Amino acid sequence: MRLLTHNMLSCNIKGVTNGFPLKIEATKVIEKQVDLNVDFLKNMFLKVEWKALVEASRSMGYAELPEEADSSLLGSEEFLKKFHHALLELHLEEGALICPETGRRFSVTKGIPNMLLHEDEGF
Amino acid sequence: MWYLCVFFHRLLDFRKPEVESLAKLFGDDDGDGSLQWKLPQHHHPDSPFHLVNLPSEHVARSIARRSILVKGIYELWGEASNYEELEEAIKKYPDERKLPFLSSDTTFKINVDTFGKAISFQEQTDRIRKMSYIPFKGRVNLKNPEQIFWIMETDDYGSNNGLPPVIQRTVFFGREVGAPDRKLIPTYQLKTRSYLGPTAMDAEMAFLMANQGLVASGKLVYDPFVGTGSILIAATHFGAMTMGADIDIRVVRDGRGPNCNVWSNFKQYGLCSPISLLRADNNLPPWRPDLKEVFEAIICDPPYGVRAGGRKSGGRKLLKGIVKPYIVPDDKRLGHIPSTAPYSLAECLHDLLDLAAKMLVMGGRLVYFYPVLRDNTTERQYPEHPCLKLVAISEQILSLRYSRVLLTMVKVGKYTEEIALEAKARHLEFKENHLKWLEEGNLHSAVFSPATPNLDVDGDSKLGKDATPKYRGKYV
Repeated sequence: MRLLTHNMLSCNIKGVTNGFPLKIEATKVIEKQVDLNVDFLKNMFLKVEWKALVEASRSMGYAELPEEADSSLLGSEEFLKKFHHALLELHLEEGALICPETGRRFSVTKGIPNMLLHEDEGF
Repeated sequence: MWYLCVFFHRLLDFRKPEVESLAKLFGDDDGDGSLQWKLPQHHHPDSPFHLVNLPSEHVARSIARRSILVKGIYELWGEASNYEELEEAIKKYPDERKLPFLSSDTTFKINVDTFGKAISFQEQTDRIRKMSYIPFKGRVNLKNPEQIFWIMETDDYGSNNGLPPVIQRTVFFGREVGAPDRKLIPTYQLKTRSYLGPTAMDAEMAFLMANQGLVASGKLVYDPFVGTGSILIAATHFGAMTMGADIDIRVVRDGRGPNCNVWSNFKQYGLCSPISLLRADNNLPPWRPDLKEVFEAIICDPPYGVRAGGRKSGGRKLLKGIVKPYIVPDDKRLGHIPSTAPYSLAECLHDLLDLAAKMLVMGGRLVYFYPVLRDNTTERQYPEHPCLKLVAISEQILSLRYSRVLLTMVKVGKYTEEIALEAKARHLEFKENHLKWLEEGNLHSAVFSPATPNLDVDGDSKLGKDATPKYRGKYV
């Protein structure tokens, strides 16, 4: 699972109001190189929750992202590279996503988060 | 300018929508996406020969190169009912349009193509020799020519390819503006792929769906019923970043081993693997509440219950209200597998359209298959949504009983608070009347039930001739 996905997911248990961002518990992190696509990054920059991305990348052991960011930074190649790396090249292979409100663990195995709810959570 | 557009003689209903979608993708106009079409004289609408008005040669070439069903797009120099008239027509065609492509510094070749009959090499050569009145100054290069000219003809050869009889012979002569990559489908065809499921989308259709979704480099494409990833493979080939979800974790996580799963399918073709695959329920999507307008396209083949049924969270008894939710003991939470219940088509599509309305960017596209019965007694109705506009309907006949229709919808309206509330109410209605919806939307029984007796009385149906009910699955 890449951090772009993490940035889009929340805990959807019935009644939970602050299910975002999910905390990352990383057991195994891998890096895979991906071609940088500037248009895609600029597009995604508008959609991501920056703070959640910074926090998530830190919990994966990458601390290069600035605390605050606005669209003026998108002109900088260095910034784009870091953003690209955090968003698309870091993979959570094994671990868990933890709901900040209820502490519910969504396990991540073989890179795939299991977001399905139990019977007593969705109804 | 008008161009001759020649199609492969397949999937007739998909041909024009594909060209129109690609015109939208490569053209820069903000029109509604429809193009002007004309038929050559005496040609039936199902003929492979069509005339289309395109804004420029550049757009025409881009469309032809990307297309799946276009055989080629040509600048038509002459069209006639025999070779004598063709000569006149070509001679009348303005020199300034012809001469630049005939000059001495170009290389060229001439191809002959006949629709409905194969002709011998000798006959082809004879036809080419007849064109000597065109002042070709360039050198012939059969392997890698700069210009390719085509003689195409169609006549009543006795075999009609399922079309009405040809009324009059037609001969076309044109310069090729663009043609598709013929290696694309063989490279990706399903028999080359390592990990397949029972309903993997065939490569040709997956590429067509990607074209309907205007997939292009850097766009984010989502498939909520990803399965073995066959639709996303096509989208990734065209440069998209992809995401996929499925409720069945075995399909997305395990596959058939370490080198035979969804990831390996992407690796096999040297494609960028999806941004993510996740296990999620389309009925209870796990997206953060304020997330919207992120996907440029949602392309999928929803489970409509004929070959594979959909599932959603919750057990049968739970949804009927017979039992209270099972409380999972704390020590078993880690490995617990939640129960699922059948997902009716109506509810599935409601959820899909609502997801699309919320998560698509403005102008983004929802492309999906919808099943229809071929009984002609009821008027066909397709799912509607206030934010989405239906722009293309293409039918593929699967059996005597039913077809699937590829629907292309464009997001034209914002997803407002009001619409969200309405969707929530519908969601509850589906939940409360789970059984009723499940019965009404049961396509499986309509497709697989024995032929109804009144068909026998009509006597016009093939079904009527055979009294014993037949398993029709093999036609699917």
